[in-house]
Amino acid sequence: MAVNRDSNGYTFAFAITLVVVVGAILASIAMWTKPYKNANDEVKKKMDILKALLPSEEANDISRKNAAEEFVKYVNMEDAVVLDMNGNVLEGEDAFSIDIKKQYRDKKLKAEEKKYPLFVATNKEGKKSYVIPVVGTGLWGPIWGNICLAEDMKTIQGATFDHKTETPGLGAEIKQAFFIKGWIGEEVSDENGFKKFEVVKDNSGALPSKIDGITGGTITSKGVEEMANRCLEIYVSYFNNLKK
Amino acid sequence: MSEVAKTKEPKEPLFSKKNKQLVTDPLTDNNPITIQVLGICSALAITVQVKQAVVMSISVMFVLILGNMIISMLRNLIPSRIRIIVQLVVVASLVIIVDQLLAAFMPDVSEQLSVFVGLIITNCIIMGRFEAFAMANKPWPSIMDGFGNALGYAWILVLVAVVRELLGSGSLYGYKIFGSAIPGEEWGLYTMGYANNNMMILPPMALIVVGIIIWVQRSRNKALIEEH
Repeated sequence: MAVNRDSNGYTFAFAITLVVVVGAILASIAMWTKPYKNANDEVKKKMDILKALLPSEEANDISRKNAAEEFVKYVNMEDAVVLDMNGNVLEGEDAFSIDIKKQYRDKKLKAEEKKYPLFVATNKEGKKSYVIPVVGTGLWGPIWGNICLAEDMKTIQGATFDHKTETPGLGAEIKQAFFIKGWIGEEVSDENGFKKFEVVKDNSGALPSKIDGITGGTITSKGVEEMANRCLEIYVSYFNNLKK
Repeated sequence: MSEVAKTKEPKEPLFSKKNKQLVTDPLTDNNPITIQVLGICSALAITVQVKQAVVMSISVMFVLILGNMIISMLRNLIPSRIRIIVQLVVVASLVIIVDQLLAAFMPDVSEQLSVFVGLIITNCIIMGRFEAFAMANKPWPSIMDGFGNALGYAWILVLVAVVRELLGSGSLYGYKIFGSAIPGEEWGLYTMGYANNNMMILPPMALIVVGIIIWVQRSRNKALIEEH
């Protein structure tokens, strides 16, 4: 080639071409995969709600293939409600389309403007359960999950936790069954109202509602604690109004 | 690839001795982790569980082979002053493409990989092979070299993960080997008072395990010991 590959002109031309080509490739791949990703996200949301709702044997059978089908069997979207920060019902909102992760990230959004969806499910015996989506911050990035309350509106019946960037083997263990097991059976409220949780080592905490934390994943464990306490409190005031 | 047509040399067989060596050398005497001591960052971060080590190895293999091929094809066009940036752009774009495609078409795998896909970019082995090999060699040997180095990286990674998962969590690939340590439901070795070594889960143990592998390797092959 006659072109001097060390000249400034060539270097600039190469860099510009490279950036344009790579940019175009990445942008078109992002656009092309977007609808698929959105569909995946929706199915994932249904899966997570079902996993929190169903007992573990049944929850294990939920996969991406059957999630949409099973979801309509249990969750009636007409029963779902959307709450404001004080636990009052907001009319005319679609609970499923509310992106609580996006709300949580949005620092400009005022606390009063945030919306809190609540999904109501009915099992085969006609018993109701309430699935509460939660979102918070772990060590490296966002963590989220669903907490499912039984018919009495205070006993935790199931939960799921998930993350994107927590340390594998440490903080990432929040999604494992052994950690979730600690939550099941705990009560979120008593006659005095909301009961705070504490995620600690070997029952060392001062509060009555203690959950075994994860060794080496203290900051993520504390993140789950903060997430559960902040989110559940809003729903407890709604449930208390409902019971009156 | 015009340069292939231009060369007058007799065509080398695809799996010639030289090409095979490109694959076998990095497995032992030129291993990227134990000899070149590259890629330690990921060896440390993701060897707590075997499954993650395997998934990471496969991802690195994919990016390294494809990246080596692309860099090798572009090697006569890349201006030498910005070659490192060009290499970085290639590896970053490949990683993003892999990440996007997985998220769209294999969402389950994408969830398992989670943070590791991004970690591939930080793997010094990839940039090391681009700079040391692909910039100076034809596409096919570069592909072989990428495959060999990824394999050399993979076996050390999996070995460290086996040691750490077995001793740290009592399981392998998620299967409970020593029984279960969940309070109230113990079975297997744990009923006899065996306890997992929590040290193994912490990052420093990865370095110590890699150190032991290096020690064993160099005591078996004295030629590898550097003279000072």
